Amino acid sequence: MLADQRIETLTRHPAEVVVPQKGRSLWMDAGRRFMRNRAALASLIVLLCVVAFTFIGPFFARWSIEKIDWTVVGSVLAKGFPSIETGHFFGTDEVGRDLYSRVIQGTQVSLMVGIVGSTIAVIVGTIYGAIAGYFGGRLDSIMMRLVDIIYSIPYMFILILLLIIFGRSFIMLFVGIGLVSWLGMSRVVRGQTLTLKNREFVEAAIATGATPLTVIFRHIVPNLLGIVAIYATLLIPEMILLESFISFLGLGVQEPNTSLGALISEGARTMQYGTIWQLLFPLAFFVVILFTFFFVGDGLRDALDPKDR
Amino acid sequence: MIQFILRRLAVAIPTLLVLIVISFILMKVAPGNPFAGERTVPQAVLDNILARYGLDKPEWQQLVEYVYNVVFRLDFGPSFQYRDRTVNEIIGQGFPVTFTYGAWAFVFATLIGVSLGIVAAVRQNSWLDYLAVGFTVGAQVIPNFVIAPILVLVFTLWLRWLPGGGWNGGHWSNVIMPVIALSTSYLANIARITRSSMLEVLSSNYIRTARAKGLPSYQVIFGHALRPALLPVVSYLGPVFVGMVTGSVVIDLYFSTGGIGQAFVNSALNRDYSTILGITILLGALTITANLVVDILYAWIDPKIQL
Repeated sequence: MLADQRIETLTRHPAEVVVPQKGRSLWMDAGRRFMRNRAALASLIVLLCVVAFTFIGPFFARWSIEKIDWTVVGSVLAKGFPSIETGHFFGTDEVGRDLYSRVIQGTQVSLMVGIVGSTIAVIVGTIYGAIAGYFGGRLDSIMMRLVDIIYSIPYMFILILLLIIFGRSFIMLFVGIGLVSWLGMSRVVRGQTLTLKNREFVEAAIATGATPLTVIFRHIVPNLLGIVAIYATLLIPEMILLESFISFLGLGVQEPNTSLGALISEGARTMQYGTIWQLLFPLAFFVVILFTFFFVGDGLRDALDPKDR
Repeated sequence: MIQFILRRLAVAIPTLLVLIVISFILMKVAPGNPFAGERTVPQAVLDNILARYGLDKPEWQQLVEYVYNVVFRLDFGPSFQYRDRTVNEIIGQGFPVTFTYGAWAFVFATLIGVSLGIVAAVRQNSWLDYLAVGFTVGAQVIPNFVIAPILVLVFTLWLRWLPGGGWNGGHWSNVIMPVIALSTSYLANIARITRSSMLEVLSSNYIRTARAKGLPSYQVIFGHALRPALLPVVSYLGPVFVGMVTGSVVIDLYFSTGGIGQAFVNSALNRDYSTILGITILLGALTITANLVVDILYAWIDPKIQL
């Protein structure tokens, strides 16, 4: 209909300046649908608040992440509870370090792990899957068999091995997470590429003489972005859970740095002494982040996945 | 069918070999060795020790011998840490424990999860459904290492009903909390998957036909709808199994149950490479086997897959 109107205006007043009709792109449609999903929108706002808090929060902190408050050491239960007077807004941990600063830092680390893992997945998984799907045939079966093989290896144990053998460091953690995070993504992307590659616009591109790589990166990958965005968002909480598991084992980031997983496991250990805030604050941040990412991912799926429309 | 199984085996066996080789290489490139102590040992003694563990041979020969021993004799060699114990003994001690609570958790998660999912789907939008959905969303984001301490807090410290840890030969009171902590998130996922696939099946035409014929409700649900609705659940059982295996690390550390996870972490912290290698390979083999079984089960249930 819109197109008809435009043709009409064009034919009727050829000399006049045509006011361009604003088309509705896939992304605008998706944005509108997303905005209508209240749970997803609320989650997004909460998530942004948490992220903002990790940037603004440190300005209000009165203690650093490693400074030990000697006045509470030994009597954390009696003096280390959350209080505005002492400057420990979230209380202190078992050895008298400020939990407010540590929770902020842990949240930053957890978010970063999630985002880095997800970014690796997006880059590697998309390219890998698109190439396997587009070329098909023997290349496809070799590439996907490889993914099958890596998939069926219990990666958690390989990751633990890596961290023990090469030492605990941010880089090793990211390498380990990056090694496994792209597998699922590459499968999804490959499947989607298979359905895209026989469509007319791809044929048209090939007919104009585009090389396979041009077709993949200019024509196929942009059409995959929707599904990639969904899976990337849903991958972030998975990566955060993975990192927290590693941290629980004491193999995550090194002291004095911390992550939510490490804080939760510390809090869980000391819970029986009655210092419940050591568990509750990091746990609250953890659960809120995971919840909101799940809901945002779900909302994105509803908004972008053409299947459920 | 047999051809299908053979084809799957043709993938599974190389996978296992790749796993063994990767772990072996990782172990070899690891800095330091378990015999590098603070004391300087005379060269002759060191040579003897190395010969005892077969470490004086060229590395490719060590690898071949290791693979041969593992594959044909199921022998993982001596432990580097405990001089008088073999890796097989260490595994043999921890494995039954892990297997006991793991199997219970698996059964628990599957049975309760599927039932919950069916009930939620059949009574869609009832309070039961909302309860189930709320539970699944909540359990999904709370990892087992958070559930475990909360269980201990409630049932051990407040109510004093259950012991907070230990194994006690597998007494039921020691098994309950590990099983719950291990299975909760998988139970939730299974319930969610069952619910959504059941809802999809229940809205299909042949179910309407079955209802129109006047079949009783239970027959429609269990006779017609259940089998196709279970397909996505079956394909999720592989990841559940992997999760049980991985989760055993948390359970063992938290409840001191002495399973295979505890052995893994202990040996990892002590650089007992032969034990780490043995456990990794064993669990890898189990994972690969579980995935194989799930694939075959799936092909058996789903008439659309051509064998």
